[in-house]
Amino acid sequence: MKTVEEIKSAIEAAVPGAQVELVLNPSPSGQHSLRIQPGQAVAVAKFLRDDAEFKLDYLSNVTGVDWPSYLEAVYHLYSVEKKHGPVILRMRTVNRTDQVELPSLTPIWRSAEFQEREIFDLFGIVFTGHPDLRRLLMWDGFKDHPMRRDYVDPDDFEYEPTAHDDVLRRAQEHEAAATGQQPHQETGAGA
Amino acid sequence: MNPSQGDSSIIAQRPEGLPPRTPIEPQSEGELLEIAMGPHHPSTHGVFRMDVTLDGERVVRLKPVFGYLHRNHEKIAESVSYLASMPYTDRLDYLCPLTNNWAYALAVEKLIGQEVPERAEYLRVILGELTRFQNHASSIGFLIQEMGASGTPLMYAFRAREKILDLFEELTGARMMVNYMRFGGCRVDASSAWLDRTRKVVANLPMFVDEFERLLCSNEILMARTQGVGVLRPELAINAGVTGPMLRASGVNYDVRKVDGYGIYNRFNFRVPLGDHWDVYDRFMVRLLEMKESLKILEVALKEIPGGPVMDSKAKIRGLRPKPGEAYGRIESPKGELGFYLISDGGPNPYRYRVRPPSLINLTILEDMCLGHDVADVVLIFGSVDIILGEVDR
Repeated sequence: MKTVEEIKSAIEAAVPGAQVELVLNPSPSGQHSLRIQPGQAVAVAKFLRDDAEFKLDYLSNVTGVDWPSYLEAVYHLYSVEKKHGPVILRMRTVNRTDQVELPSLTPIWRSAEFQEREIFDLFGIVFTGHPDLRRLLMWDGFKDHPMRRDYVDPDDFEYEPTAHDDVLRRAQEHEAAATGQQPHQETGAGA
Repeated sequence: MNPSQGDSSIIAQRPEGLPPRTPIEPQSEGELLEIAMGPHHPSTHGVFRMDVTLDGERVVRLKPVFGYLHRNHEKIAESVSYLASMPYTDRLDYLCPLTNNWAYALAVEKLIGQEVPERAEYLRVILGELTRFQNHASSIGFLIQEMGASGTPLMYAFRAREKILDLFEELTGARMMVNYMRFGGCRVDASSAWLDRTRKVVANLPMFVDEFERLLCSNEILMARTQGVGVLRPELAINAGVTGPMLRASGVNYDVRKVDGYGIYNRFNFRVPLGDHWDVYDRFMVRLLEMKESLKILEVALKEIPGGPVMDSKAKIRGLRPKPGEAYGRIESPKGELGFYLISDGGPNPYRYRVRPPSLINLTILEDMCLGHDVADVVLIFGSVDIILGEVDR
C-alpha cells in the first residue's frame, strides 16, 4: 500500500486542478487522511475507484463530524481486489449554517446511499447529487439535527411517577411553562 | 495481499436442484398495490418496515423504512467516558454482544496504541467464534422459520445456541449483555474448568452441524424456495459495501479476519466459504460452512491457549484520556464488517464516536434483490440478509 503522500501526488497528477491537503493523525493508529475540495470530489473518487493501482472499489464507512466552525464528511475506502486500505477522504462544508452542501459520492459507491442519508438526517449536511436524500432515522417532519453538538433536547417532558428529585423538578418546570402557573411548593425538589 | 490466501477458500456445493421456476408474467391490466410490510410483521426481526409496491404478486418497488428503534447510540456515547460505552455496545447487535465488545475495544486500542496479552487474544478468538457459530445457527433457524417450517429447525438451532450461552453466562455473568472486553484485554480470566466445559461443548457441536446439514441441505422445499431467489451480483455487492456472509455468498473472497489478520487470526488455518450462484441458498450454505470453519478455529484455539494475564497491567481503563487523534478499527462480525470510528480531542469523552453497522449497509441492496420476485420471496430474501434492528437503527 502506498503512503498518503504518494496517493496525494497520484491524485494531483491524475485529476487536473485537484487540491489535496494532507491531514496528519498524531494517534498511534497512524491513519492519516486526505482532505479534498468538494468541487473535485467526484472526479477524485472516480479516479481512486477505477485506477488500476488503487482499485478502491469498496467504500466501508461514511460519517459526519461536527467541528466548531464547519461540518465534515469522512469516507473510509478499502480495496476488495487488492486487499488494502484504508484510504481516508475528508470534505468540509463552508460553515455550519447556510452553506452545508457537499457533493454526494453515492453515484460512485452505492454503499454511501444510506450512510449519507444518515448524515443528512443527524448532522444536516446536504449531499447534492444524492438520488434519494431523505431522513433515515428520524421522522420526516422532524426539524433539527440531533448529532450536532449544540442540539438541545426538546422540552416534551411529561410527568412520570418516579420518586426522583430531578424528575419531579423538571415535571414542575414543564407544567409551569405549559400553564403559566407557579409550581406547587409541597412537592418541590428535595422535599 | 497475503499470498497464503490463494487456496484458502471453498465453494459451497449444492445437490441437484429442481428445474428453475418460470417467473410469473407481469399483469399489465389492474392497479399497483402498495403495502407496508411491518413494522410489526413477524419476519422483520424487530421493528422495521418495507413499503412494497406490488403488481399482482410481483414486487416492482421496495423502500425500507428505518428508525423505529433509534435511540442515538452515538450521541449517548459522546456524552460519557470511553469505558461507559462498552456495556452499551452489547445492545447493538444483541445476538453477538462479544464481537461488538471486541470491535469497540479494538478501535480504542488502535487509538491509544494498547497491546493485548496473548491469553486475552485467545479468549477473544474463542468467544468470537462461539458467537459466530450461534449467530449463524440462529440465523439459519430464522430463515427456515420464515419459510414456514414453524419451530423445529429454529428450536434445533436454539438448543445448540443455549449451550453456548450457558458458557457465556458462566464466564461473563450474562447470557447476552456480557460487557466482557476491556481496552487491553478481558475483564475476567477463564478458569480451567470453564475451558474444559467449552472443549466438551465444542466437541459436540460438529454433530449438531451435521444433523442440521442432513435435515436441511437437500430438503426439497428449501431448495425450491431458495435456489435462484434473490441473486446479488458480485460487482453490485462490492459497490454497495455489502460485507460478511452476504458478500462471500456472492463469490467475493473478502474476510476481514484474513485481510487484516486482526488479533491473532493469521495464526489459524481456516478456509473462506464462497458461493457461486449468489442466491439465498448460497447464503444459507455459506453460513453453514462458516460454522464448520469456526469449529476448526475453536478446536485449535482451545488446545493452544497459553497461561498468563488477561489484562495488560499497564492498561488504563478508568479515566482514559486518549491523546488527540482518530482511529478506525474493524472486525469481521458474524453480520459483516463491524467498525468503530473514534475521534479524540484529548478529553475523557470521545469527540466523535461512530458505529459502522453492517446490518444497515447490507440492506442497501434489498430492493435490487427483491425486484421481480413474489411478495412471499421478499420475506426470505430479507431473512437471508441476517440483520438485527438494534444495530440497524442504533
